[in-house]
Amino acid sequence: MALTETHDTILKLDDVTKVYSGIVAVKHASLELKRGAVNVLVGENGAGKSTLMRMIAGVEKPSLGRILLDGKEVEFNSPADAQKHGIGMVFQELNLFGNLSVAENIFATREIIRGLRGIDHKAQIAKANIFLDKLDAGISAETMVEDLPIGQQQLVEIAKAISLDTRILILDEPTSALSAAEVDILFKVINELKAQGVAIVYISHRLEELMRIGDYITVLRDGQITGQAMVRDIDTKWIVRSMIGSDAKDFAKSLDHKLGAEAFRAEDVCLPRRTGGLAVDHLSISVKAGEVLGIYGLMGAGRSEFFECVIGQHPHSTGKIFVAGEEVVARDTSTRIRKGLALIPEDRQREGLVQVLSIASNLTLASLEKFVKFGFHIAGDREKSAIAESIRSLSIKAPNPDFDVTSMSGGNQQKVVIGKALMTNPKVLLMDEPSRGIDVGAKADVFRTMRKLAGEGLAILFSTSDLEEVMALSDRIAVMSNGRITTILDRADATEELIVRAASEGHKSAEQKSIRETA
Amino acid sequence: MTTATATEKVPSADGGSILLTLMKARTFIALFAVIAFFSIFAPNFLSTANIILMSKHVALNAFLAMGMTFVIITGGIDLSVGSIVGLCGMVAGGLILNGIDLQFGYTMYFNVVEVCLITLVVGILIGAVNGLLITKLNVAPFIATLGTLYVARGFALLSSDGQTFPNLVGKEELATTGFGFLGSGRIIGLPVSIWILIVVALAAAYVAKYVPIGRQIFAVGGNERAARMSGIRVDRVKMFVYMFSGFCAAIVGIVISSELMASHPATGNSFELNAIAAAVLGGTSMSGGRGTIGGTIIGAFVIGILSDGLVMMGVSSFWQMVIKGIVIIVAVVVDQAQRRLQQQVTLMQLAKKG
Repeated sequence: MALTETHDTILKLDDVTKVYSGIVAVKHASLELKRGAVNVLVGENGAGKSTLMRMIAGVEKPSLGRILLDGKEVEFNSPADAQKHGIGMVFQELNLFGNLSVAENIFATREIIRGLRGIDHKAQIAKANIFLDKLDAGISAETMVEDLPIGQQQLVEIAKAISLDTRILILDEPTSALSAAEVDILFKVINELKAQGVAIVYISHRLEELMRIGDYITVLRDGQITGQAMVRDIDTKWIVRSMIGSDAKDFAKSLDHKLGAEAFRAEDVCLPRRTGGLAVDHLSISVKAGEVLGIYGLMGAGRSEFFECVIGQHPHSTGKIFVAGEEVVARDTSTRIRKGLALIPEDRQREGLVQVLSIASNLTLASLEKFVKFGFHIAGDREKSAIAESIRSLSIKAPNPDFDVTSMSGGNQQKVVIGKALMTNPKVLLMDEPSRGIDVGAKADVFRTMRKLAGEGLAILFSTSDLEEVMALSDRIAVMSNGRITTILDRADATEELIVRAASEGHKSAEQKSIRETA
Repeated sequence: MTTATATEKVPSADGGSILLTLMKARTFIALFAVIAFFSIFAPNFLSTANIILMSKHVALNAFLAMGMTFVIITGGIDLSVGSIVGLCGMVAGGLILNGIDLQFGYTMYFNVVEVCLITLVVGILIGAVNGLLITKLNVAPFIATLGTLYVARGFALLSSDGQTFPNLVGKEELATTGFGFLGSGRIIGLPVSIWILIVVALAAAYVAKYVPIGRQIFAVGGNERAARMSGIRVDRVKMFVYMFSGFCAAIVGIVISSELMASHPATGNSFELNAIAAAVLGGTSMSGGRGTIGGTIIGAFVIGILSDGLVMMGVSSFWQMVIKGIVIIVAVVVDQAQRRLQQQVTLMQLAKKG
């Protein structure tokens, strides 16, 4: 390795592989974490960063390979095991108890006990306040966690990790919910910890941040390490190149077809966040019939929330929605579906499928009224032929439509969700991360279907956090960040770098705004 | 329905599949077991008179259990049915005996058909109150229906000051006679209440399979969020199931008053628990999404035959309770085991397919 060895290695992953049922999440990865340095890890969603870190933190055990701590082989059976060895992790999804106070959260499982008199709440609060002050969090340790905005909750999680006296601190996208000022404080703390010799692992999508805080960088793609370097030797172009690679995946080629009239328009859509601020911030966009609009954005950019506003899942949202030039006034999902909108939700299991029902029942769930005779009777033959037609046109591999929907693979389940949406004869199709959690072959099928539908005159909006996907599939690309559309590009003008930069734009301008306000 | 698919679609005769088929048919097996057991050990068990008497007992619970089945499939629970039975019985009895006092010297009387209709509407309205509490005010079903349990029972007691409305024969000149037909009349040899049960059960089974709202009931219970996202009006579905449950309870109230030719305000006490037991025994999953009307009816028969048979054998009522409890627990344990086995078999089939 061509790295200059100024820091010594504290932990080494030696040729580790992690296999989940059928999916290889990490393939023969070797990684060294340096003491007293910030070890940065980047890669697209699903590249295997989190899996790698979960193995270090003891949440998962590697299927193959060894973990060496200070040169000695170790085996972590639980997060508590890893903690004993001084490894702390701040997860992307927060692991806090909302119904307990900040101090109780920080000292969970290692409460300060005064013999038989139970927990010493005063001492816990006093100690917790010390850690919180270090972070300049402005949080009182007595507050209930559920009363804090999400950014401050993140700080509590970080305070908890620091309080463990960790030697290795893993931060998985710690800044995704933080404001610019909070990020600065976090970086100050990281620098302090670094000076104390703590090894920091920093996972993030925001390239500017990585360049600012990182010392060593490792890039992952499809479970493999594709690049390792000192941060000072490289630039963002290098990162993007290593993240994406050069081998093209199988994408449906776009067919040349004429775009029709405007099919969908959103004007000034806003959705307040429960913890303050706007999840969707005055968003306006328009899509033509036959057009595929890709919405790229990082986690928490507000893509799913925007789609949910459009389909009528958020009664508090404001703004106007037009389908084929006509305003959709009704705010409930049933009417909006009837007006020609359809959503394929991101979380197939939680929002897309009814697991206890059969493949057939799931397909017709949203459009039962189409098959009704005499006002109440579901005509079995009409329903059956529609189901058969849908299975054929989407090439769903269903041995028998009466089987449980869960008996199929993820890709086929996704096709069922798509089939369900198409049965309602939509004019506008919203697809939230349509390729998430499905295998390569099914992905290609889904992409082909999207292209075909666009060719038939459907307006398609799809969201993704896969750069390659958004570049290959879209006629136009909108980049969302922090609830806003930061840029809209024609495919011809779009480059990976432009998109990646725009994806963190929303936070930057918020930063500038706050600077302007303080000035 | 489920048994049929199991035997057809699992051609491989490995132990798992056979066991699975047996487990799926468990309610049938239980029914045959209790019938066989009591026909040997209880004297006169298989006599026509006894079978008809038992069916009448079972019918009462079966009505409630059907309403309960739909409610449980949506993931809810309805504790108020027993009280609705009591209140509706009092409404029917009061209307026949006293009519409605119009305050200015006149009293309005209704004929039996009208009385029944009004009573049914009362049952549906209480169900609607349950539904509104649960959908609009977001009260947990357990609590909402616990509340209406007390309220309805209270009103039943208030309506007569805790007294029985006796002797509901009615008066010829007011055209209020004939109430007894529902409880003791017969059509082609079968009690009227059994005929009503057959009609309502067929209708309910039809709704579950061939009417959109039936499919939607299962969808709401299986995954409420996905149902909402698919444009199903979840609130409307929930209103429907609680109103149907109230409707079923009202039928039971009328039938019991008619059988006894009297209404007592404490009628129907703890009936809700028997109804839940019948639904669960018939394969309805308390976590929602699964259940059939046919299964529930069989479940009601198992419970009914069990209690009547034990009485005929002269088993003490204390032991009866113990046995009933054990049967319910075993039913749920087997249900869980079946679910697990089913998952394993599905996974194995997936693995075989590659």
